[in-house]
Amino acid sequence: MSVLDSKIPKGPLAEKWTNHKNNINLVNPANKRNIDVIVIGTGLAGGAAAATLAELGYNVKTFCYQDSPRRAHSIAAQGGINASKNYQGDGDSDYRLFYDTVKGGDYRSREGNVYRLAEVSGNIIDQCVAQGVPFAREYGGYLDNRSFGGVLVSRTFYAKGQTGQQLLLGAYSAMNRQINRGKIKPYNRHEMMDLVLVDGKARGIIARDMITGEIERHSAHAVVLASGGYGNVFFLSTNAMGSNVTAAWRAHRKGAYFANPCYTQIHPTCIPVSGDHQSKLTLMSESLRNDGRIWVPKKEEDAKAIREGKKKPTELSEEDRDYYLERRYPAFGNLVPRDVASRAAKERCDAGYGVNKTGQAVYLDFASAIERYGKEKAFTAGHKNPTKEEITKLGKEVVASKYGNLFDMYIKIVDQNPYETPMMIYPAVHYTMGGLWVDYNLETTIPGCYATGEANFSDHGANRLGASALMQGLADGYFVLPYTIGDYLSKDIRTGAIPTDSPEFEETEKAVKERIDKMMNADGTKSVDSYHKELGLIMWNKCGMARNAEGLKEAIEEIAALREDFWKNVKIPGSATAKNAELEKAGRVADFLELGELFAKDALHREESCGGHFREEYQTKEGEALRDDENFKYVAAWEYKGKPADAVLHKEDLVFENIELKTRSYK
Amino acid sequence: MKLTLKIWRQENATAEGKMVDYPVDGIDGDMSFLEMLDILNEQLVEKGEDTVEFDHDCREGICGSCSLQINGEPHGPDKLIATCQLHMRSFKDGDTIYIEPFRAKAFPVIKDLIVDRTAFDRIQQAWGYVSVNTSGNTVDANTIPIEKEKADESFNAATCIGCGACVAACKNASAMLFTSAKVSQYALLPQGRVEATERVQAMVRQMDEEGFGNCSNTGACEIECPKGISLENIARMNREYLAASVKG
Repeated sequence: MSVLDSKIPKGPLAEKWTNHKNNINLVNPANKRNIDVIVIGTGLAGGAAAATLAELGYNVKTFCYQDSPRRAHSIAAQGGINASKNYQGDGDSDYRLFYDTVKGGDYRSREGNVYRLAEVSGNIIDQCVAQGVPFAREYGGYLDNRSFGGVLVSRTFYAKGQTGQQLLLGAYSAMNRQINRGKIKPYNRHEMMDLVLVDGKARGIIARDMITGEIERHSAHAVVLASGGYGNVFFLSTNAMGSNVTAAWRAHRKGAYFANPCYTQIHPTCIPVSGDHQSKLTLMSESLRNDGRIWVPKKEEDAKAIREGKKKPTELSEEDRDYYLERRYPAFGNLVPRDVASRAAKERCDAGYGVNKTGQAVYLDFASAIERYGKEKAFTAGHKNPTKEEITKLGKEVVASKYGNLFDMYIKIVDQNPYETPMMIYPAVHYTMGGLWVDYNLETTIPGCYATGEANFSDHGANRLGASALMQGLADGYFVLPYTIGDYLSKDIRTGAIPTDSPEFEETEKAVKERIDKMMNADGTKSVDSYHKELGLIMWNKCGMARNAEGLKEAIEEIAALREDFWKNVKIPGSATAKNAELEKAGRVADFLELGELFAKDALHREESCGGHFREEYQTKEGEALRDDENFKYVAAWEYKGKPADAVLHKEDLVFENIELKTRSYK
Repeated sequence: MKLTLKIWRQENATAEGKMVDYPVDGIDGDMSFLEMLDILNEQLVEKGEDTVEFDHDCREGICGSCSLQINGEPHGPDKLIATCQLHMRSFKDGDTIYIEPFRAKAFPVIKDLIVDRTAFDRIQQAWGYVSVNTSGNTVDANTIPIEKEKADESFNAATCIGCGACVAACKNASAMLFTSAKVSQYALLPQGRVEATERVQAMVRQMDEEGFGNCSNTGACEIECPKGISLENIARMNREYLAASVKG
């Protein structure tokens, strides 16, 4: 086991990034023209990085599996993006955003990285506004804010429930500007199949053209992986159907350490599972918790009657409702962090108070928000004695203006009207805090291979706060990576173009083709989806919201057996040299079947509860997560050794110089 | 419920396509339309037949990948949704459903129900952006106050998901609604005004080069748009284009 060097610059926290930028090497503009960079993924982290790198003068190639960079899954982020602008004058600052993020992550993130994130957050908003991103505004013309979980200020900028869409279209527009200049060459409907190392450095990739099936070689002086998270290892998640771990996992197999794979965010407010046919889960933005109140029936018999369809939630009086988050966490109430809210929902449902036919749902109720807003609206319009009908009508209008698109999505899926009856929600897999280990420069343990956004592990510890993923993606892409990668590339100004006819490209391409052939020739009987679903069930039941040693050990064995079966019995119709959706899925599921096992191994080794990682053996009397700072205050970075079972653990000790480690409390 | 699906099958861009019948059974009203196709594909895998290829990704109506012409309508019978948000409760037992790709000269078929919509990308590459550097030296965001109404209108135009339903709905396969939504987003904001003249000219030129048809004001695009992008945007683009032409 080695000790990992995070390369955090020395000096006071607030000066680290500035000092670092002053001291790293730059590449002169004429030399940048001779340097190529490959970017995998075109979401916020990849799109922003590609645009900025091209603007600086590098030659950029982008790769995405979608038909257009604009469709990367960042587009589905709903609620907002944090920035420590303190426009509301409510006491926000870089330090407070930094503090909230480290605390929210249950003290399992790196101080230096998180402070830098907070420091550049304000600039992201400036940048996006300059690009023409239409954020929500107040009547005075200035930007509006709202609150998200785990904080006591309003620092979230938003564009209705479509903030991710607007930010991604902003990054995509910046990409378009560079595509038009010829500085970015986009390879859409292309999937990265493997990373190519030359002399131990990342020097290119093998990609598959998803339309023709052709296997291609692409070289560069550095490779940036901005390929997102691995939530789809659970099969059911809020991720897009195509979201996958392949790019990151292929890099892992080539030497990039994989950090904290067990840190997964189970988001508390998603539309509950309705049946076996379901292919994905849909998020209802955390922003709804600004106004919605979460409850279950106080009496078990009421919950039972509701499940059986004999009672309606609206028939229950206030006294018969248990607003359990407000009860348990009076200081933060409905705005506790996601991990806390999810576990609390599970606790109530497991205790028999859940609703929906399945008993696996709680209510998110807007009745009191409708009344509050309605009164305010009537009052400001001069109606000092409004009728109840008037209040309800006006209140619904206000709620519709804030969350209309989310309510519409809910109505389409559930076929119930949340303006009239409370929404039903349940936690679902949403985001993965774990990812490729990177140092302060966002470089993985493979020289020249960088990881940004959700693909890396660095900023969110064991739990991510709402509206911080968009912040991190854009911070990495626009403002961090373009600086730090220059330091590395400054050594490549005399290298010249990397040839693709080297033995390293030859061998990697051969291995990719053999793997595809092996899959196509398995000629078994089971579909790729059937394996994916089976894996998802193991993950959800044994590596989900609550984990224990026994279950994790079973999961490790079951996943290894499933993987073996996959390679023998999977069935993929069609051809490898044409568009083939089953083959695309098979490659991804094969990698999930390896990652899943490492995930369980990581969860088993971490004998503590922190953030999204809750081990039943380690909890307080009140059922809160019980951290063990003495033994587990480190990043677990796994080195690939052939099989997940043989992965070797490397530790990066987390040093807290500016924040005192405390038990997280939101009470 | 039991359904008969009539699906367009086409092996690749150059092959000839045809409609093929597929019966499906055990479809539940709570399933989404794409989940119904998942079930069909699962059956095809079992038989060792090629699955029906269709574009899809987020399955919550925001990425704009899905693109089916269902019973002659882009994204099917329901309004203001993409195909992935269509649920089987909109159909009834015994129905026959026609499923085809979006049809337009500028959207050639790649395979089965997948079409090539890169023409939309090229229209945006032409000038669908504000020429500002992304390296972080812009003014503070609140130094550019924008009337709420204008900002909201710009946002509404910017919610276009680029799915191409407007083109598929139009008898002329015109891309005016799509292009005008992009032009409008920027035309309504002070940040976008600086290059408004060049932008509208470049984007309209590219749109014409891609082979999209003309707009004859039938309004079909607005009716079929899953995001409710308004025809007002087309009017705005025409005004912008006229003003730009006068300026030269």
